Amino acid sequence: MVEPHPQEFVEPVSEIDVRLVDVVKRFGDSNAVDHISLDVKDGEFFSLLGPSGCGKTTTLRMIGGFEQPTSGLIELQGQDVTWLPSYKRNVNTVFQSYALFPHLTIEENVAFGLRRKKVKDAEVKSRVTDMLKLVELPGFERRKPNQISGGQAQRVALARALINRPAVLLLDEPLGALDLKLRKQMQVELKRIQREVGITFIYVTHDQEEAMTMSDRIAVMNRGQYEQLGDPESLYERPQTRFVAGFLGVSNLLAGTVDGSADSFVLVKLADDTRLRVPAGLVEGKTEIEVGIRPEKIRMNGTDDTIPAAANQLEGVVSDVSYVGVSTQYIVASKSGIPMTVYEQNVERTSQGSLYRRGDAVRVSWLPEHTFVIRDAAAATREPVPAKEIH
Amino acid sequence: MTAVSQPLADAPARTASRRPPRRIFHAIDHWALPAFTLLAIGYLLIPIAVMIVFSFNDYQGKFNFVWHGFTLQGWLHPFDWPGLPDAIKTSLLIAFLSTVGSSILGTFIGLALTRYNFRGRGAINGLIFLPMATPEIVMGASLLTLFVSSGLQGGMLNGVVPKGVLFPLGFTTILIAHIMFNISYVVVTVKARIAGFDRRLEEAAMDLGADELTTFWKITFPLIFPGVLAASLLAFSLSIDDFIITSFVSGTTNTFPIWVYSIIKNALPVQINVVGSMVFLGAVAIVGLSNIRQARANR
Ligand SMILES: Nc1ncnc2c1ncn2[C@@H]1O[C@H](COP(=O)(O)OP(=O)(O)OP(=O)(O)O)[C@@H](O)[C@H]1O
Ligand SMILES: [Mg+2]
Repeated sequence: MVEPHPQEFVEPVSEIDVRLVDVVKRFGDSNAVDHISLDVKDGEFFSLLGPSGCGKTTTLRMIGGFEQPTSGLIELQGQDVTWLPSYKRNVNTVFQSYALFPHLTIEENVAFGLRRKKVKDAEVKSRVTDMLKLVELPGFERRKPNQISGGQAQRVALARALINRPAVLLLDEPLGALDLKLRKQMQVELKRIQREVGITFIYVTHDQEEAMTMSDRIAVMNRGQYEQLGDPESLYERPQTRFVAGFLGVSNLLAGTVDGSADSFVLVKLADDTRLRVPAGLVEGKTEIEVGIRPEKIRMNGTDDTIPAAANQLEGVVSDVSYVGVSTQYIVASKSGIPMTVYEQNVERTSQGSLYRRGDAVRVSWLPEHTFVIRDAAAATREPVPAKEIH
Repeated sequence: MTAVSQPLADAPARTASRRPPRRIFHAIDHWALPAFTLLAIGYLLIPIAVMIVFSFNDYQGKFNFVWHGFTLQGWLHPFDWPGLPDAIKTSLLIAFLSTVGSSILGTFIGLALTRYNFRGRGAINGLIFLPMATPEIVMGASLLTLFVSSGLQGGMLNGVVPKGVLFPLGFTTILIAHIMFNISYVVVTVKARIAGFDRRLEEAAMDLGADELTTFWKITFPLIFPGVLAASLLAFSLSIDDFIITSFVSGTTNTFPIWVYSIIKNALPVQINVVGSMVFLGAVAIVGLSNIRQARANR
């Protein structure tokens, strides 16, 4: 019978694995992490997503114990660990640079954590073998870190962390150094491993697509705070700030004034007097709002085409066309001068050879249910993110 | 390189007008550089060669200056001269102890200077170079003053340091002096190694459950060890070799260089060449071994 490992027998005290309470980290005179509170649930794949320098790594390092918060509280499984050194926390980290020990073999690297816990030799051996099998690197035991590829090093780093069966695994852009193909492959792999071992993952990335495909929930960070937290679908369909709308995918934002209502819709008047319908529930009683619509939800129509009465529409002129295979991307300069990005699937129009060209007069339309409303007016003043910047 | 540039040299129009023909460079490449290299190497090696050759000299009289014929007598009785065995023992012991002492102190100073931001770090970084920059003769004289003052009535250190430690001069004072001048070299060498050290490796170790001490011994030390080893070899050879400072603080104790100097006016026995050759060959062997180790580690 093998020796039991303490953490395997700890029943989760609560559903919450990691809790940050009003955490601040100050470097010099700026806050790298600026009053963050969040709960990560047991077994969850949780991502911190945001642009470079927004404080993702710093947040992760505080959870890992490499950095002490300036103020605030960090709890792991209900225990306050704010001041606990990293070797006393039941979390393990996969570092962005892998940080494999160059003087140790792959086997010794992976076994490092178990050796520290004085696990018996035979058990260490078998667990290392199992772990290398899990990350699909059997037979690599004797190699040194400089004798394996980047993707393999990444998997060793993962194995070295997972073998300790931590309550929480922290991953700091673990796929950042890999090429696109390998990255996609590893995303699937990581997700599979996470499901198999059932450990809570906190995953840092600045790749919105990666975050969307892998995560249960995402916190979109900007300047030391998160602007919105939710599952990928709600973040994409109902972004609440300009930043989130621009960082996750592409958005068209139209500023307007609430001007009456009809049925369950609110009418919003744009600068050029066009009126748009917006579901009343989204407006929340404000008068100056920004209405958002995703490019793939917009239809292109010729000036003579009939448009369903319920739909919103804007007149404009095609100012740019790019054919990208699965779709065609149009930039339409609306009458009020706001450029609208529109993605149209290449189904009928290409086969009929009738793509719109630059200079064509068109009407773009979309259903009111597909709009979202930017809630956080303050965010608009923080950092306008042009819709086209990402992708 | 030269083979490639040759056809160009035969294309006169382009090259001849603006710069001297390539042929000259070719000649320099081909003859002058190797010749200079050989000269430089000869310049470095001839004294050593002479020392080794004369260690086999069947010399007459007291001075081993003139070649009289080959003999193994010197090598068969390498320490056969009054005072020589003691001097060698002292030298080796001091070299060993000062190497250990300065390596330990220097490594930790090096770590502290690269790792931690503290008040006065810049000053210490500068001060570390001082012993290297100060002329040895000045250093020797000032150490002598310091040591003697602890033994004299009314001296600066009188009563501060127990009698017999620093005065009368001897083994202890030589050791203190050697550790002192070695520390600078160790710090500089070790710091260079630590500068390339990835702190995240230590964080990774701690993340995996190693406390600070375990992290140091399992990760930090093995990784900076080549630097520490290089530093201690340097320290050892500096200590074995030192004459000027040692001559000030040695009192009646003889190290090998001091002993050589003391008898050289009356005799130049073959044993000096023999011991010198041994030290040289020992050094070569160590360098060779470490090269082999390095090559193996890189494979
Ligand atoms: N040790 C430090 N000292 C001073 N400032 C720091 C330190 N570490 C981070 N910062 C600053 O804190 C901010 C957040 O850094 P952090 O590393 O958390 O960003 P990040 O979101 O991980 O970015 P990236 O995607 O580029 O890795 C940055 O402005 C950075 O310059
Ligand atoms: Mg980072």
